[in-house]
Amino acid sequence: MSASIPQFRNAARIAIENADLQSALEGATGRFRTHRERALAELPGADALRDHLKAIRAATIADLAEHLETFERNAAANGAQVHWARNAAEACQIVTGIAQSHGVKMVTKSKSMATEEIHLNQALVEAGITPVETDLGEWIIQLAGEPPSHIIAPAIHKTKEQVTGLFERESGRPIANDIPTLTAEARRMLREKFLEAGMGISGANIGVAETGSVVLVTNEGNGRMVTSLPPVHVAVMGIEKIAPTWDDAAAWLALLARSATGQPLSIYTSVITGPAREKDMGSSEVHIVLLDNGRSGLAGTPYEEVLQCIRCGACLNVCPVYRKAGGHAYGSPYSGPIGAVITPLLFGTTGYNRLEKYEALPQASSLSGPAWMFARCGSICPGC
Amino acid sequence: MNTPSNRVALFVTCLVDQLMPEIGVATVRVLRRARLAASTALQPGSGQGATRGLRKAGALGVDFPAAQTCCGQPFFNSGFRDEAARLAKRTIEIFEEHETVVLPSGSCTAMIRVEYPRLLAGESGWRDRAQKLAAKTFELSAFLARCRASFSFREALRIMYHDSCHLCRTLGLRDEPRKLLAESGCEIVEMAESDRCCGFGGLFSVRMPEVSNAMTAEKLRQAAATGVDVLVTADPGCLMQMRGMLETADRKKGTLRIEHIAVILEERTR
Repeated sequence: MSASIPQFRNAARIAIENADLQSALEGATGRFRTHRERALAELPGADALRDHLKAIRAATIADLAEHLETFERNAAANGAQVHWARNAAEACQIVTGIAQSHGVKMVTKSKSMATEEIHLNQALVEAGITPVETDLGEWIIQLAGEPPSHIIAPAIHKTKEQVTGLFERESGRPIANDIPTLTAEARRMLREKFLEAGMGISGANIGVAETGSVVLVTNEGNGRMVTSLPPVHVAVMGIEKIAPTWDDAAAWLALLARSATGQPLSIYTSVITGPAREKDMGSSEVHIVLLDNGRSGLAGTPYEEVLQCIRCGACLNVCPVYRKAGGHAYGSPYSGPIGAVITPLLFGTTGYNRLEKYEALPQASSLSGPAWMFARCGSICPGC
Repeated sequence: MNTPSNRVALFVTCLVDQLMPEIGVATVRVLRRARLAASTALQPGSGQGATRGLRKAGALGVDFPAAQTCCGQPFFNSGFRDEAARLAKRTIEIFEEHETVVLPSGSCTAMIRVEYPRLLAGESGWRDRAQKLAAKTFELSAFLARCRASFSFREALRIMYHDSCHLCRTLGLRDEPRKLLAESGCEIVEMAESDRCCGFGGLFSVRMPEVSNAMTAEKLRQAAATGVDVLVTADPGCLMQMRGMLETADRKKGTLRIEHIAVILEERTR
């Protein structure tokens, strides 16, 4: 994936000329935006909480190595197996290796930007393993063979008519073009996959160092099915997603869903602390893959601050450029303002060459230059 | 007749000078009609000292330093910091002898007030001069909000106000232009997302024309949804962008008038 100026302009033009896409994008981002505003207005001390979370994130990133070692130690004490992946290839190798060692043919996945970032699905397919996305939006784009176009709403660019077409193709029969029918149909088709899968793969919204726990937030319950029905669960977590303590995680959770969708909390907040004990529901084997993939190289640089991002996607919803150009123009799983910043930093090479593949991204802002903190994105960010 | 403390220097900005001189004319007229509030309740914060000398003033005189050029913002935003610094120093040399500098542009004001001190922070000798100029430089509506203009009320005018990015977020000016417009008898109808970018973004509009135009079209759609016929902004860049689209693609159906705040205030203080 890349984003030269002609590529960005061309992808943006296609998105702009697509009236369905524009209407879906403008409507969904507009709703996220107004819901976020309302949720923060209803939260007493919201600005102070944002400052508090930023301070937590900055302090955590400054001592990241130490917090990661604490996390590893406590996760291992819980019986989870912790793996370190320097890059995408290593992470894919670790995950496919775990699947192969259990003879797994099919895995279910809950939504994970980290696994999008390392193109895990492609690696699984190449290893003869079928990945099935179970987050509704992720499943839609998997059926469409497209990358996500929004950090929290990967199929934000799709209309229900397009989704109906994809589901009809998948199920082989006609499906009514209304949302309750579509979700019921998805539930029916995915339920079989949940029961059949030999392994579940998730991301991790937060890794809590003091107990070695992985926190997952979802709205559909699929995250719980993925991490508890199959005998093996693998969580892929970017190394920056560490909260040293549960108090820190509480501040993070108080702002994550509010910033993302305007919910006080997402419908499900799952905490996975090692494999299931006796009588527990849950997978009996838990692996945590700690993914670096360019992150540690930013420590101590002027760009270190981007590691504070909590991936709420709020900056996308207020961005006038993203809301017209759409996510695919950015040539990265991470789009919008934060995507324009972290994509060259994580996936480019080094120095000025970072921009070689992504020369359009610094231009993907109408408030360019160092004024970004005065842009809408910078003014609403809960993490940095 | 005017003492030096009765005078402000006008930084007219490139876009006004080259493309919309009527905004410059209106700015001078409005400034000449303005009076500083007698029992001046100047806002705390930077710039207070600079306007202190104007407190007892009568009508303002406007100076126009003819050597003025560009503030350097296009270079700065594109990463050409050395070139931007050269223009910043030139601007400082031209304007620092004046007690107060006023611009009919949020974006150029933001460049001087916010970016000059940071751009020149590493150059001893220039840092202080940049900070001094920043402290006495004001966007037109921020300056006028501290003055008392004598308004001759005419018929009420229903308007919308577009918050430009630099004005509302970089400079934090949301209330001042609205207050001035309200005092001049305008009824402000708030449009949806009044602080959403108009699509201009300086060189952004040249580098990403498709996205820029789509953003402007969205802005004009949101403006049209209010049913109000006048859209006011305090930034010439936003004005040029929005008016440009209105006058080309949308010419036939358009009853919308897009105007700079200086022109509206000039009309209403005659």
